[in-house]
Amino acid sequence: MSKDLITLEHISKSYDSQLILDDLNLSIYENSFVTLLGPSGCGKTTTLRIIGGFEKPDQGKVIFDGKDITNLAPNKRQLNTVFQKYALFTHMTIAENIAFGLKIKNKSDSYIKDKIKYALKLVNLEGFEKRMPDSLSGGQQQRIAIARAIVNEPKVLLLDEPLGALDLKMRQDMQYELKRLKEELGITFIYVTHDQEEALTMSDHIVVMNQGYIQQEGSPEKIYNEPENAFVADFIGDSNIIRSTMVRDELVDILGAKFACVDKGFGENKPVDVVIRPEDVELVSPNEGTLEGVVTDLTFKGVHYEMDVEANGYEWLVHSTKLSAVGTKVGIKVDPFNIQIMNVPASEDEEAISETV
Amino acid sequence: MKLFKSRKTSALMSSPYIAWATIFIIIPLCMVIYYGITDSNGQLTFDNITTIAKPGYLKALIRSVELALISTLVCFILAYPLGMILAGMKLKNNSYIVTLFILPMWMNFLLRTLTWMTLLEGKGVINTILDFFHLPTMKIINTPGAIVLGMVYNFLPFMILPIYNSLNSIDENVINAAKDLGADNLQTFLRITLPLSLPGILSGITMVFIPALTTFAISTMLGGSKILLIGNIIEQEFTQLYDWNLGSGLSIVLMLFILLNMIIESVSSKKGDR
Repeated sequence: MSKDLITLEHISKSYDSQLILDDLNLSIYENSFVTLLGPSGCGKTTTLRIIGGFEKPDQGKVIFDGKDITNLAPNKRQLNTVFQKYALFTHMTIAENIAFGLKIKNKSDSYIKDKIKYALKLVNLEGFEKRMPDSLSGGQQQRIAIARAIVNEPKVLLLDEPLGALDLKMRQDMQYELKRLKEELGITFIYVTHDQEEALTMSDHIVVMNQGYIQQEGSPEKIYNEPENAFVADFIGDSNIIRSTMVRDELVDILGAKFACVDKGFGENKPVDVVIRPEDVELVSPNEGTLEGVVTDLTFKGVHYEMDVEANGYEWLVHSTKLSAVGTKVGIKVDPFNIQIMNVPASEDEEAISETV
Repeated sequence: MKLFKSRKTSALMSSPYIAWATIFIIIPLCMVIYYGITDSNGQLTFDNITTIAKPGYLKALIRSVELALISTLVCFILAYPLGMILAGMKLKNNSYIVTLFILPMWMNFLLRTLTWMTLLEGKGVINTILDFFHLPTMKIINTPGAIVLGMVYNFLPFMILPIYNSLNSIDENVINAAKDLGADNLQTFLRITLPLSLPGILSGITMVFIPALTTFAISTMLGGSKILLIGNIIEQEFTQLYDWNLGSGLSIVLMLFILLNMIIESVSSKKGDR
């Protein structure tokens, strides 16, 4: 079993009376790719800065490898950060940038030279030693920032939206690059992003955050297929979130039609939220479906068609490779395994704090 | 960006500026050079320029360079920490800080220097206060120290603003990155903050050193007529001795000096951002 490398215990932080993090608890395993995912202002960057040592929590502890490092200065921590917008030293060459941390640690010249060579090779930028940061493209600068961090052999690499400033193609390339780097280095990556696709592509473990609380954490598959509340379902991918009634175990009333499902233990005739992913909605002929509707909109998306289907007052979002023209009467069918039942939040606040253990 | 349709229009639009530069910069400069290399009969000579080597003149030049260097150094020592403090405050709206430093400049600088005269005089404000507390009075006015004080007071904003601007433009994450890579505060300052603020330091030095080197008003008011700077001597040649040739010759020497200073600075700033 992998062991905890970093543990955040009851972390709270506020700026100017605005609460950013409230009693946050999080464990990060050794040698995993963990992504903190959430909209801007959810506290993900603050969490990363607390781990990096650039912010001190108002309350709580940061445990690193069994030691309390809450009050340790950033330069004393065994981790390195890749900053948003690279933060390279513009008055130094690429080689000097990469050597910075090693020179501070008084490593020998030959050791430093080997390390620079190794790091540039790792990020596919061999021969860039003498160049200045300004002469590099955004993607190249980001690789140098990564090289500069990893030559110090940190146990953990913190990445603060490192791909945010890159264009789409470059971002996708870098996602695979980062995944490969993580495998080659065998260290822990803690990655912050607001891009759910990035999170799903790269992570072993995703922590979804909103308003200073952890909404849900788990593997990408679990987060996508079994969201625990409407926020997570809505934030990760497209979804149909419908307020429904749980008739009894394994039977749910959605918009007046009874759907079989696999969830139990919600009680009888209790209001629930149902999440159905657009690709899980099957369109069949009207008499074969559980629910009847009309296609109101159709868009070609390349791999699939995106359709809006009006049924019993709800506009269903449907992804399918089979085309149904606008105006067609269709039946809606959903496999019981693809219906995800969630508790209805009692209030807005509860939605934010419904934390997982 | 192409602002004007044709070359003709842009030439037309820029003509007032070219005329201005010709009449008020190029022609006077040519006249200074002409007077500088001729004698009162219009004969070509380099005597006006070589006069700088004569003891009285050389002494004034050396003293001017000395006081200008001291003033620049004092300005730098005062301005850099202040710039760091201001930049560290991370003010959302820093325009009022700028205003604060510009504010004294709203008053004429001769007037402000005159105020220092009344403060520093033998029976001036400072000595009156010292006398009131039965402390020994000081001879402040008409000393090199008073001139340096006047220069620092007048030129300090020109040192603070460029340093503050360059420090303020350093990305906070660059500093964080240095610390993240293991540098302590001193190492971060020496290897990152200082080199990145070098352009601001250099332009601050230029903006203080040149006016300090050429001033004659400050030295006249706070130095009495006892401490002559090169600026005073040039002024006297024109306004009292009516020797335009010698005055121009000495001006050329001073200009060459400033040119040399700027070349040294531009070379070191290029080295700085290599």
